[in-house]
Amino acid sequence: MIVNERNIKIWSTIGSRASFGIAALELAKEIDNLMVLTCDVSTSAGLDRYRKTYPDKYLDLGIAEQNMIGVAAGLSSEGYNVVTTTFAPFQTIRCCEQIKVNIGYMKQKVCMVGIASGLALGNLGFTHCCIEDIGVLRTIPGITIISPADSFETIKALESAIKSKNSSYIRLTGSSNNPIVYKEDYNFEIGKSVKLKEGKDVTIFCAGAMVYNSLQATEKLRENGISCSVINMHTIKPIDKNAINDACRNSKLLVSVEEHNVIGGLGSSISEHLVTVKNSPNLLIIGINDIYSKGGSYNFLKEKHGLSPDKIVNNIINNLKQSNNG
Amino acid sequence: MEDKNKNIQKIKKFSVELRKNILEMAYSAGAGSSHFGGALSIVEIVSTLFSYKMRINKDPNWDDRDRFILSKGHACLAYYAALCEVGYISKEELKTFEKDDSNLLGHPVINKKLGIDFLNGSLGMGLSLGIGVSISLKKKNKNNSVFVVLGDGECNEGSVWEAAMAASNFKLDNLYAIIDKNNFQQTGSSQDIMNTDSLKDKWSSFGWDTVSLNGHDIEELYEYFNTSQDLKKPRAIIANTIKGKGFSFSENNNDWHHAVLTKSLYEKGLKELI
Repeated sequence: MIVNERNIKIWSTIGSRASFGIAALELAKEIDNLMVLTCDVSTSAGLDRYRKTYPDKYLDLGIAEQNMIGVAAGLSSEGYNVVTTTFAPFQTIRCCEQIKVNIGYMKQKVCMVGIASGLALGNLGFTHCCIEDIGVLRTIPGITIISPADSFETIKALESAIKSKNSSYIRLTGSSNNPIVYKEDYNFEIGKSVKLKEGKDVTIFCAGAMVYNSLQATEKLRENGISCSVINMHTIKPIDKNAINDACRNSKLLVSVEEHNVIGGLGSSISEHLVTVKNSPNLLIIGINDIYSKGGSYNFLKEKHGLSPDKIVNNIINNLKQSNNG
Repeated sequence: MEDKNKNIQKIKKFSVELRKNILEMAYSAGAGSSHFGGALSIVEIVSTLFSYKMRINKDPNWDDRDRFILSKGHACLAYYAALCEVGYISKEELKTFEKDDSNLLGHPVINKKLGIDFLNGSLGMGLSLGIGVSISLKKKNKNNSVFVVLGDGECNEGSVWEAAMAASNFKLDNLYAIIDKNNFQQTGSSQDIMNTDSLKDKWSSFGWDTVSLNGHDIEELYEYFNTSQDLKKPRAIIANTIKGKGFSFSENNNDWHHAVLTKSLYEKGLKELI
């Protein structure tokens, strides 16, 4: 992939899903044994060009996700490097036991890509939103979970996951006109978080589309005299324990921001490590508070669930105030 | 004709050895009990495949081997017994069946050294694996076949039909689904729980070349596997079988779905081996 300002802008405009399609198209050139499997979502996953260019490296299984995972495992057992993709709820929970048995337990290597995860499809209701995928897949041993911050990171994550020997789930959030977090090339390594801002009071861990919102929140917090570090925790499993240890030493408060249920996701992952750290600071977990709300536009739902930059700012300020009073 | 008789005798002998191995494993499982009935109903099917039909050799990882998937994984006693007869699993290892840290659990766990190509146990998943393998072999221009053994009770699972639809859609003529129709499932007869009488029509309407035969009649199985047709579609065999086949105490007795083989019944079983 040619990384330059123009391409980064294009990827941002078309969003993570279409960027995934472009990345697949590029990777198919160099990876002979690549197979991309979908369940009647080639257009939604930005794979129309891929499908036409590489018909031999593409398989549409129809609207049948359980079968897709089994077929993926069968292809993998014969040496193919397999990517599966469909909308996040159907890529994960619909075929969860097939993932457990074939990919987790049997260890057939597959890279799964869940498109439009989080709240992006809020107009369609919570059948199509996905706030449970990290929690569900995190309990299956052997699956790496990645939540890219922007379209460019989606491309990097896909390449890394395909070239890795481990199975993975790439969780795509955001929509078209995906805000740009990375304006230039950087080093992406599975399991190694990226510190985007350095601050002394608070450390915000974030993933997916919430990275941009957290960066914006940080600017507003600075205006309020609160200095924040921002860490892009693009890999949620395995979690970057060193980054958490480091934050424990240097911050008064830890915050996690995610477009996922507060149960089972990034905040849970961090807290599972945090309980092993002596005298660790508190962790404020910001996400969807274990509820299926009424639907609405992406922005409306982010606001409603406290994930807009302003809401994140207020939540952190209130938490700090309470701590000071306590 | 002489070849046919010779082959049929070979398959018959293999079946006797499988039942003997199954008895040994079930007995060594002791109070742990085992899925006895559903393993015995597939003995002739597995024997025909492993001793005659399937292309295999001494190397369990031979690239040109035919692939076998036991989708009804709980019938693994028959599978392990066959892998022992073809030399991949030792008699000694068979005795570790369901023991602590064993390679041979009550459902097959992938183990390339022992010739176990896939992991199964949760019903309704094996045919999808078979499709993936079948497509892979075609892509590599290999003319090997893939054999998947399913249960009739297993056909209650919706995922079986997702796979059935896909296999005919992709015209996978190197794929066989052998449905062990023993008319029982865990807690009773299929007739009472989820009627499977029209299985042949179902597979046929899903686009498979479907036959119904006696799954214990080696000559019938032999004839079927010797009929080569250019069908351009996957093949389903509804194998009419008897759960617990081969021993007077277990035939058609669903108490033997998962049960303990006592010393006296083990000895009785040994005497009944023919």
